Amino acid sequence: MVEHSIAATEAVVTLDVALPGIVWGWIITMNMWAKSIGTGILFVGFYLLKKYPEQTEWIRLPMTLISIVFIHIFLFFTVIDLHQMFRFWHIFAHPHWTSTITIGAWMATIFVGLLFGMAYASIIKKDNALFDKFMGAAVVIAIPVTLYTAGLMAQSTARELWQMPTEMAQMVLAATLSGSAAMLLMGGRLPYEAKRDLAVILGLSALAAFLLYMGEYVFGFMKAEEVAVVLEYIKGNGEYATMFWLGQTFAFIIPMVLTYLSVQNRSSSLLTLASVSAIAGLWVSKHVWLVIPQLLPMS
Amino acid sequence: MKLGFLVDLNLCMGCKGCEIACKVENEVPLSSWRLRVKYVDVGVFPETKRTFTPLRCNHCENAPCERICPVSALHYLDNGIVNIDNERCIGCAGCVMACPYGAIYIDPETNTADKCTYCAHRIAGGLMPSCVVACPVEANIFGDLDDKESHISTYIMQARGNVQVRKPEKNTAPTHYYVGGGNQQLNPLASKREDGYSLFNNITTLKHIGGH
Repeated sequence: MVEHSIAATEAVVTLDVALPGIVWGWIITMNMWAKSIGTGILFVGFYLLKKYPEQTEWIRLPMTLISIVFIHIFLFFTVIDLHQMFRFWHIFAHPHWTSTITIGAWMATIFVGLLFGMAYASIIKKDNALFDKFMGAAVVIAIPVTLYTAGLMAQSTARELWQMPTEMAQMVLAATLSGSAAMLLMGGRLPYEAKRDLAVILGLSALAAFLLYMGEYVFGFMKAEEVAVVLEYIKGNGEYATMFWLGQTFAFIIPMVLTYLSVQNRSSSLLTLASVSAIAGLWVSKHVWLVIPQLLPMS
Repeated sequence: MKLGFLVDLNLCMGCKGCEIACKVENEVPLSSWRLRVKYVDVGVFPETKRTFTPLRCNHCENAPCERICPVSALHYLDNGIVNIDNERCIGCAGCVMACPYGAIYIDPETNTADKCTYCAHRIAGGLMPSCVVACPVEANIFGDLDDKESHISTYIMQARGNVQVRKPEKNTAPTHYYVGGGNQQLNPLASKREDGYSLFNNITTLKHIGGH
């Protein structure tokens, strides 16, 4: 048991109803994971097109298609997690603007529209200037699409592990980590300099995210009672300790090491490994982060 | 008008009459509860005591569930009640996650969020909430907090210094108060949940219920 008791009273719950269990499970993990890739690839693609416009010109269409696919995976899992999925339109008919779910839904809808604008400019009009206009707007809207989940989690008042400032940083880092990894997997024809830049983005994103996790989960001692209880699940023999460290290893530690070695040795194959590890590990680390605060007894 | 609730934990004897009255009045499905009475045993034999704590929605003035609801299915009534419109709810479970009191559930029959509404339908008809009517010792006290002469206001005044809300640090401003009781009753982390110590049921966790 993770709950503490006051020794002098030895309080024990002797009759209660069942605890609600995990309400947001792997479907929401899929949601966050796919969204990170869908917006992240646009962030790094925008950077590459600005820095290496001639050598990376060809990435416009594949980058757009990957973003469209992963944003639709995100939307699919968002909708199927609703217990009344056919009422999804209520968000547009009866929006409640204090809810970050509402903000996210509207922003994601605009984002999808801009992505299809990019596809239209690339496939039908074959107009790079028009594409870049759509992309500029899409990159701006991708920021709230990336960040709204942090706000949503922070609105969960008693889940003290989900704090807005940290989670905003984690959401951005997840996007740059998975976006650069997806771009590396897609971009065999990219020049070495572009791959090196992506490796640096991947490695530094992994480093920063890992430091945040360690600072918040492992080395931060001054914690609210709820946080301390939740963190018991990933410490020692905690139920999610193995999964937590697997996630940290694959999402952050392995990519950090491999990107460093790849830059040292100019090795593309190491970057492929780092990318696969980062994308797979990100799912695991997000899942642990999502599940453990839900194990906290609320009443 | 600001309706509020007070439970005098010195009076509650854990009969669960309020639980059953609530279930019947609101047709709450099996495995779901709008109101429940939690038993916590404190002390070491022979110096032991069983405590009883009715738990329901706190109808917070700064309600996280109302704030997070994307479609305003959760909304305030003029009398301060946090009500829910099941026809509008999309079942995102944001409110279930946001509530720091675990007071909201997904109804397995309607696949929408649900919770205690202080029996808003009965109040609209001039009746008291069913749990208040059912309580044999008048431990449940309900009324207008804005009216200084109301029973609940005078009760709070008389018990001043001994009136608590659950999790005041969450800044939710509950309109549900408790008189008496200790940390073990109101703080879910102050008591253990151990198999073998439960009276009628195992310590269990619900499987995910609802549409998927």
